[in-house]
Amino acid sequence: MHNVTRPHHHGDAMTLIGLRCRNCGKRYPAEALSICEECFGPLEAEYDYEEIKERFSREAVQKRPPTLWRYRELLPVSSGSCIVDLHAGFTPLHRADNLAEELGIRELYIKNDSVNPTFSFKDRVVSVAVSKAIEFGFDTVGCASTGNLASSVAAHAAKARLKCYIFIPANLNLGKVVQTLAYSPRLVSVEGNYDDVNRLCTEIAGYYNWGFVNINLRPYYAEGSKTLGYEVAEQLGWEAPDRAVVPVASGSLLTKVYRGLKELETIGVIDEVSTRMTAAQSEGCSPVTTAFRTGSAIKPVKPKTIEKSLAIGNPADGSYALKVLRETDGSAGAASDEEIIEGIKLLARTEGIFTETAGGVVIGTLKKLVEEGEIDRDERVVAYITGNGLKTQDVLHSYLQEPPVIKADLEEFRKLIEQKKEVVVW
Amino acid sequence: MVTVRLATPLRKFSDGRPEITARGKTVREVLENIDREKPGFLEKVVENGEIKQFINIFHNNEDVRFKKGLDTEVEEDDVISILPAVSGG
Repeated sequence: MHNVTRPHHHGDAMTLIGLRCRNCGKRYPAEALSICEECFGPLEAEYDYEEIKERFSREAVQKRPPTLWRYRELLPVSSGSCIVDLHAGFTPLHRADNLAEELGIRELYIKNDSVNPTFSFKDRVVSVAVSKAIEFGFDTVGCASTGNLASSVAAHAAKARLKCYIFIPANLNLGKVVQTLAYSPRLVSVEGNYDDVNRLCTEIAGYYNWGFVNINLRPYYAEGSKTLGYEVAEQLGWEAPDRAVVPVASGSLLTKVYRGLKELETIGVIDEVSTRMTAAQSEGCSPVTTAFRTGSAIKPVKPKTIEKSLAIGNPADGSYALKVLRETDGSAGAASDEEIIEGIKLLARTEGIFTETAGGVVIGTLKKLVEEGEIDRDERVVAYITGNGLKTQDVLHSYLQEPPVIKADLEEFRKLIEQKKEVVVW
Repeated sequence: MVTVRLATPLRKFSDGRPEITARGKTVREVLENIDREKPGFLEKVVENGEIKQFINIFHNNEDVRFKKGLDTEVEEDDVISILPAVSGG
């Protein structure tokens, strides 16, 4: 019976000190706050790293269950009994020799986060945010979402028996809407793009006392993404990669993956980090890549791309992502709609991993940056694949050829083969 | 009068109310008029004549950065929302 998943008791981790403004440095207690009262800057969780050093070791972590909560000292939930755990995290780090060979690089890994409980990396941030919502005593949670967050919040709210309001743009991928509806949240479809939905939710959060995971719980929520840094380091034998290619929407994931690696360095679990962070965006919405490449500040854009989950035209953490790219001597690229589709197919064809359009952005951008010589062929590269291909089948479908239809007859098949069509790629 | 919706950190200028009304022909004039009543308001929102980095101002639900910024014209019964920049979904 050792394979049965049963509730695991997570111990308490009193390592969170409070919140601190990333812009002006003002400190706040650990409450449901996300914005600095003085300068409107974003607040970030602050920890007692001396205390963490006492409790956290490679050996201790390796004995814990394979979920993101194995790094609980580095996460902002203090009470173990509040943790909502659908077994998110500790997803495979897949050595991608076929794709590496195709791209002409020596060592490539795919961090396959498409196999999380609701099939995207959002389960990491949501597991943390919903747990924190329970710790704060909220009975209702919600979010503004481009789809993946919607499913994840709805699933975690269902497990935790919380009321749940989800707001999505009206033009969202069908697969994401269907999946979200299955968990029975109160789903509201809003006319407009993600930036419109987000603006509405920010206003709603000011009127209702709900735990919006990516608004008033954002400092806690965002911390969940750090586990994508911890896991990759652990899975590489407690080493940071030379290069991490990360999809960029708000810019939070990229900054938090890097923060995760740096925290492991701070507590002495890994050696000095020299990872070059690399942003992947779609050409139809690339405010961070454009700013990085032109050496300017972020200018908001109106998204126009088949890639909807990364289509944030006004990225709130864009300036921080830009800072990390510059500090780490990283790079940034953008994939066109055609390159996104090719990226999805390339990953599926070479590695057997079916990703959504955001993953197509990552692979398309990686390919381009290798070809441009931006990524050295001898680097140890990790590409983050953050969502599952089943979520955006509607987009991919129109780019694929229909399979030939034959009668259930051997002669028919022989005729088809004699037409010398390739069997694998019709 | 123009309705101005305020983010939580700005409600100390409105005695805790989420909305106030003010006069003005542009977004800038509306903000300046609030500042006259509640000194200190403008400097929370505007720096060197520009909207601060972590603040978004919307006029009838449209980001004024895509319009004429602080010079965006406003009319009677319009709504201005001053919100923190948050995102990620």
